[in-house]
Amino acid sequence: MKTEAAERINVEKIREDFPILKRKVNGKPLVYFDNAATSQTPQQVIDCIVDYYQNYNANIHRGVHALSQEATEAYEKARITVQKHFNAKESKEIIFTSGTTHSINLVASGFEEFLSDSDEVLVSGLEHHSNIVPWQMLCEKTGAKLKVLPMTEQGDLNMSQFEVMLNENTKLVMVNHVSNALGTINPIEEIIQKAHEVGAKVLVDGAQATPHIKPDVQALDVDFYTCSAHKICGPTGIGMLYGKRDLLEALPPYQGGGEMIDQVSFEKTTYAGLPNKFEAGTPNICGGIAFGRALDYMNNIGFEKIQAYEQELLEYATDRLNEFENVIIYGTTTDKKTAVISFNFEGLHPYDVGTLADKMGIALRTGHHCAQPIMDFFKIPGTIRASFCFYNTKAEIDLMIEALQKANTMLL
Amino acid sequence: MSNIVNIQNEVVEEFSMFEDWMQRYEYMIELGKSLPLIEEQYKTDDYIIKGCQSKVWVHADMKDNKVIFTADSDAIITKGIIAILIRVFSNQEPQEILKANTDFIDEIGLKEHLSPTRANGLVSMIKQLKMYALAYENKQTQN
Repeated sequence: MKTEAAERINVEKIREDFPILKRKVNGKPLVYFDNAATSQTPQQVIDCIVDYYQNYNANIHRGVHALSQEATEAYEKARITVQKHFNAKESKEIIFTSGTTHSINLVASGFEEFLSDSDEVLVSGLEHHSNIVPWQMLCEKTGAKLKVLPMTEQGDLNMSQFEVMLNENTKLVMVNHVSNALGTINPIEEIIQKAHEVGAKVLVDGAQATPHIKPDVQALDVDFYTCSAHKICGPTGIGMLYGKRDLLEALPPYQGGGEMIDQVSFEKTTYAGLPNKFEAGTPNICGGIAFGRALDYMNNIGFEKIQAYEQELLEYATDRLNEFENVIIYGTTTDKKTAVISFNFEGLHPYDVGTLADKMGIALRTGHHCAQPIMDFFKIPGTIRASFCFYNTKAEIDLMIEALQKANTMLL
Repeated sequence: MSNIVNIQNEVVEEFSMFEDWMQRYEYMIELGKSLPLIEEQYKTDDYIIKGCQSKVWVHADMKDNKVIFTADSDAIITKGIIAILIRVFSNQEPQEILKANTDFIDEIGLKEHLSPTRANGLVSMIKQLKMYALAYENKQTQN
């Protein structure tokens, strides 16, 4: 199985698509293992961005001239690409946002008028700050109670506790599909089903899942799903919010401005329908189009192949890291997570290791990964995180191991 | 030439003997591993400078018109740079500390550690050293 996967994905050919992988850092060839923070951009997406600004840059939805129509068409076509990718029922259920954080804030702000102090909002303990803080703000404003679903030592959500915590006052449940700090794949199917049994709505933060998994929002029956394009080979500053149509229609607009209106007078303004109601002002037109192109690029490779190959990288890297006697790997077993390893070396500060690795051309993430509650749980200042993408190779993992060996020798 | 500039020149000369980044870092790690730079009682939140990733503590005292700094960090490389900064700035007059710059850090090839984008608290540490110097200078003029 494993060798087959490696043959099926042509890494050398794929690497040719990513010009940045040819550059050097501190005189060494770049080894980029910070993919969970942002993925690199293939030439196809870069070309798409250049093409937009060279050939049809115009404001959308309002001009009768040719450029405006071309831009509108490309932007709306991208929305359909996103819709199909996530298998949403209708393209108007896809709202282009600036990314996951924006998507979450949009929903949190919309729920303000639906919550009262007898309600409860349940957030998983594995969350990134952007799926914690907007809900804290919502609870402060409405008086609703914020409850945190605890995690186990293995970095899994405590599912038996989940059932205990759910009740008829639970109005919203928030969980990431995959944890950014540990890579854990959460049992969102079960969470969604159980939350629905008590009438709660579920928002799934898909920022870390979408680079590896192709979610089917209808099969999941999820109420809201979010992602950021820059983690799936697209540009920064664009992402999406999927919401079930009836829910999006019920939520009030997030921002006021152009594009989101139907009729405006100083006495009364009526709002546009979906998706424009949530896209006030000139949107990130080029970003939206490039986002669609990025999804096409990844689908051309195929998510099954991507997953199989990344799993192979994950297992290889885990085995090689375990060669260190003083390594501590955080989180769940390799079969329940995406290609992310969060680790530390006993007696070494992650910042020191990361600094030396960078000197050797290896881009790792160190720190709390914007998930301080998880670091507090493990009682550590942070971890070193290596996150892999389908363009990475085992040879690069060997270079990382070599760099880590050198760092250990220097620091211990 | 001020004392601070003299010491900075000394440090630059020392670092010029190293041939590559590894030797420079090995030296800093060695400095970082040397004796604790701050008394344990000052390693509390009252003296902490928040960097994103490594913690830095700074304490200041005034003796014979000179500011005595002690500092520490939980990361060794940060601690190594702190050792260098203390060597340069501690036991100097407040006015001298306020006048001094940190260009020598660039000359010894450690510029990246003092970049404001680096999440290690060193930029805030230098600011804090100067704040202490300013506070002591104000105290002197008031007296």
